[in-house]
Amino acid sequence: MSSKKSGLSSIGRKVLMALTGFFLMFFLLQHLTINLMSVFSPDLFNEVSHFFGTNFLIQYMLQPVLIFSVVFHFAWGLYLEYQNTQAREVKYAKYKGSANASWMSRNMLISGLAVLAFLALHFYDFWIPEINTKYFHGDMSGMLHDGEGMRYHIELVEKFAHQPMRVALYVGAFIMLSLHLLHGFQSAFQSVGFNNTKYTPIIKMLGNLFAILVPLGFLFIAIYHYNVHPH
Amino acid sequence: MNLTLKIWRQKSANVKGKMVDYKVADISEHMSFLEMMDVLNEQLVNGGEEPVSFDHDCREGICGSCSMFINGEAHGPVKNTTTCQLHMRSFNDGDTIYIEPFRAKAFPVIKDLVVDRSSFDRIQHAGGFISVNTSGNTQDANATAIPKHDADLSMDAAACIGCGACVATCKNSSAMLFTGAKISQYALLPQGKVEAKDRAQNMVAQMDEEGFGNCTNTGACEVECPKGISLSNIARMNRELLSGSILG
Repeated sequence: MSSKKSGLSSIGRKVLMALTGFFLMFFLLQHLTINLMSVFSPDLFNEVSHFFGTNFLIQYMLQPVLIFSVVFHFAWGLYLEYQNTQAREVKYAKYKGSANASWMSRNMLISGLAVLAFLALHFYDFWIPEINTKYFHGDMSGMLHDGEGMRYHIELVEKFAHQPMRVALYVGAFIMLSLHLLHGFQSAFQSVGFNNTKYTPIIKMLGNLFAILVPLGFLFIAIYHYNVHPH
Repeated sequence: MNLTLKIWRQKSANVKGKMVDYKVADISEHMSFLEMMDVLNEQLVNGGEEPVSFDHDCREGICGSCSMFINGEAHGPVKNTTTCQLHMRSFNDGDTIYIEPFRAKAFPVIKDLVVDRSSFDRIQHAGGFISVNTSGNTQDANATAIPKHDADLSMDAAACIGCGACVATCKNSSAMLFTGAKISQYALLPQGKVEAKDRAQNMVAQMDEEGFGNCTNTGACEVECPKGISLSNIARMNRELLSGSILG
């Protein structure tokens, strides 16, 4: 028997979704770890943010991989969703999806698009001003304009204190992220072929913990900064 | 019991179909779903109408012929059950029951509830076999020792009857549970190792060519499969394909 085809198969396509998903989940964990520092030590948060914001390897090696992963994961997900709709031309008059699969697994497009919409707001809030300061104004110092201390913690606090609408949007987005991860975490393992009776229950449990605790951590930080600073 | 049936009627592959309402009366709860369909068809024939076409053969849950998407689920509401083994006691008097063909681009409707599932045959032809010396000196299969655990998993995978419920129920019309089972039943046995490298690649390539959708791991196929085929077979197929294509 000889090999019939060398192109990217439907399994290759789902493996690519899984690999970019793994990288994005790793990034979420790293992002949360740094953000949590803002609650416990503004100075440490400033220093670590400055390091991550100016380190050559992180800025020019990891950041491009991250941007690629985000764009690829969304674009590829939409493409696969389009292909999947083409695979059933006539729809069912009655389709009981809830009888055999979770809402999360059936609606990754909805939760994914909600996270995408959130990313637009998040980039507007943080990433675009950061890139503007560093690369368009050439200010790599990480200092405030008046030179009194570093800017990162204050910038973070400013976004949430006195901003109930923004906090609400962030909270909503973290809930959607949680729903996305509740399916995505364990699904990524299945896609790369990892499924066995001994470890799959552990992976599912870890996936549920990750999907709840990581968004909860982000949610806590947003609410903390909203509440802790006087209104 | 008295029932209202909403059934997909389509004269042939190339004409448009539609849902049509029928009433059936005095249905016994002990009838199988297909016997209830027989009652309807007798009623239609006696009334000079065209009976509803549907696939069936053994009527004991092992041939994989019967299909039907009943009230939004492949083979109806009872788990691990084919339509022929589904009984009317699973329904209530006065119910309205939707009966549709298994829907997928790769399963075109031939007539009414009958769909063409030959795409499954072509996937099987692409690699679902082993090479055996048939010159008369064929080695006794039992001469090769196989761990019980592997033999059991292989038999579980081989329990797939190829009915297509996995495709019908999947929101993406993916055939990965079927293909995963057919690859696994050989991958788990020493007799299947000879063609292992190409088998997964060839069968998956054929599956893609037939126009099935991509798997998004919802797990609906496993729940609706009348033979309880496990999702672990899809993961094994992924491993087989990746090791075959990466290691060459």
